[in-house]
Amino acid sequence: MRISVHISTMWLYTGRLFQRLNQRQYVLISKVSAHQVHSSSTGFTNSSYNGLYPGHIHTTPIQKLVLAVGSGVAALHDPHRHDMVAVLGEATGHLALINLRDKMRNDPEGYTILKERPRIRLSTLDLSEMTSLPDGSFGREYLRFLQDNDVTPDSRADVRFVDDEELAYVMQRYREVHDLLHTLLGMPTNMLGEVAVKWFEAAQTGLPMCAFGAVLGPLRLSTSRLKLLFTSLGPWALRNGHRANCVLSIFYERRWAQSIEDLRQELNIEPPPVIVRTAKKRNI
Amino acid sequence: MAAPTRLLLRRVIRLSHRCNNVPAAGVSARSRCCWGPSTCRCFSDVAGDRSTHFGFETVPETEKAERVYKVFKNVAQKYDTMNDVMSLGIHRLWKDMLLHVMHPQPGAQLLDVAGGTGDISFRFLEYVHSQQERQKRRMARSVQTPSSQDISNNYSTEHEDTPQESRAVVCDINKEMLNVGRKRADSMGISAGLSWVVGNAEELPFDDDQFDIYTIAFGIRNVTHIDQALQEALRVLKPGGRFMCLEFSKVTNPVLARMYDTYSFQMIPVLGEVIAGDWKSYQYLVESIRKFPEQEEFKHMIEDAGFYCVKYHNFTGGVVALHSGFKL
Repeated sequence: MRISVHISTMWLYTGRLFQRLNQRQYVLISKVSAHQVHSSSTGFTNSSYNGLYPGHIHTTPIQKLVLAVGSGVAALHDPHRHDMVAVLGEATGHLALINLRDKMRNDPEGYTILKERPRIRLSTLDLSEMTSLPDGSFGREYLRFLQDNDVTPDSRADVRFVDDEELAYVMQRYREVHDLLHTLLGMPTNMLGEVAVKWFEAAQTGLPMCAFGAVLGPLRLSTSRLKLLFTSLGPWALRNGHRANCVLSIFYERRWAQSIEDLRQELNIEPPPVIVRTAKKRNI
Repeated sequence: MAAPTRLLLRRVIRLSHRCNNVPAAGVSARSRCCWGPSTCRCFSDVAGDRSTHFGFETVPETEKAERVYKVFKNVAQKYDTMNDVMSLGIHRLWKDMLLHVMHPQPGAQLLDVAGGTGDISFRFLEYVHSQQERQKRRMARSVQTPSSQDISNNYSTEHEDTPQESRAVVCDINKEMLNVGRKRADSMGISAGLSWVVGNAEELPFDDDQFDIYTIAFGIRNVTHIDQALQEALRVLKPGGRFMCLEFSKVTNPVLARMYDTYSFQMIPVLGEVIAGDWKSYQYLVESIRKFPEQEEFKHMIEDAGFYCVKYHNFTGGVVALHSGFKL
């Protein structure tokens, strides 16, 4: 059964490849992805490590249980402990990660990502090229999102407690795609925006950590924002999370020049019903 | 290159002194034996390139101090909380026992090496203060009905022999730990008789014969050259001074040992991750306990350094041992 799946994906892949070769914009991006392939391969081989991948720490099931409970409590106690949210995701996400990985394998672009293992880092982004892209293009909007919300793609913690090398990459990819999701959904990084993205992610990925954040995040919202969440933002996020294609299967690094509306349509995501203003806008 | 050669010279001189002084019988045989390997150690030091353990990892000796520094820099903020959680508060009892065995008298000068967040020093100052109060009360009770002659005597001697104030010096190689300790002292309102010094246990920044009591609680296993730390302890103590070391040791009971090992390796790094956000540092701390010599061996090391009447007490079935020796 697996061989036939492979053959069909190869067929789809060659078809897509032909389609892509006809579109000139991807040729420009190819040099970025080639650079990433190089950097990702060297990144994994230079340091010595015990475990399945650099940074991997072996944990028994009991340890995972204590980690899950402990990190959940710690994250509730101190919402600034983003590392605890990450650990919770790793300790509880095994089944969801398998599901995501299989979805990616069944998609030709997702399969390419699993093979090439791109990483989104500030060092791998060609910032000068991205700033020169037109407004409304995905790359330009992503840069704008990073600047407006004062975030960097390099702040994602490494995966440590996932006991499979490929699944660890899927987890890492999910973390790095999170900011891109913010851009796609048009949500800022304030509490309301984060909760909306969490609801989308919970519906999309099925990761228990997203469900945890989706349920407990609203507890910290003001009443007016809660109303906004439950009336329009929330249902929109859930609905789109369910119907959208797998967001991890998009090779975003090759799509910077693509228009954001186009990308949304491809992924089957409706534009946001409300514009959520970011609180911290830089006035420089 | 000046510093290492100086250190080497000092060690050779110290070794020759030690083996020239005829110690008490029983220790003499051992000191003669240690002359051999010690010189070998000196020479291979000149050659450089020796490795030691960092937990279960092997690292070059020069790297160990730096890595230990990083560990304690990372855990400094949550150090006290983690101690309470990991030992379920029992570490407080161990430290109280140390003070009880120490039984310091008012006027004692304490050097608390690897004192970090100040647990031992705070307890020391509280102990001597309460001792002082008790002495004052006893004196007051004994002179409830003084004669007029006694009263005039008391007034005249009041300003003369003020006893030397007890002093505690907290010495640690890590500035972050000292900062945390200083903040704690401020919040507890303890300041009189307390000082904070940055220093390396292997090369203390103090003159000879300065202190009555030298303590090192849960610190000596992190020192790269334990024998050097012991020799420095001997140097800075006054004759008659006491060396006291509280450290994790070998659990004698095999059932308890299994439970302790499981708890150490399974739970403690997880707790470190959840509370301090640092799995690796607590993995190191747990592994370093296993690499530290057990009770009898450490007792011999202390005797080798030149201490007398070396004894040890086991607490909690050998989880922690208190070693004590005197400089005579």
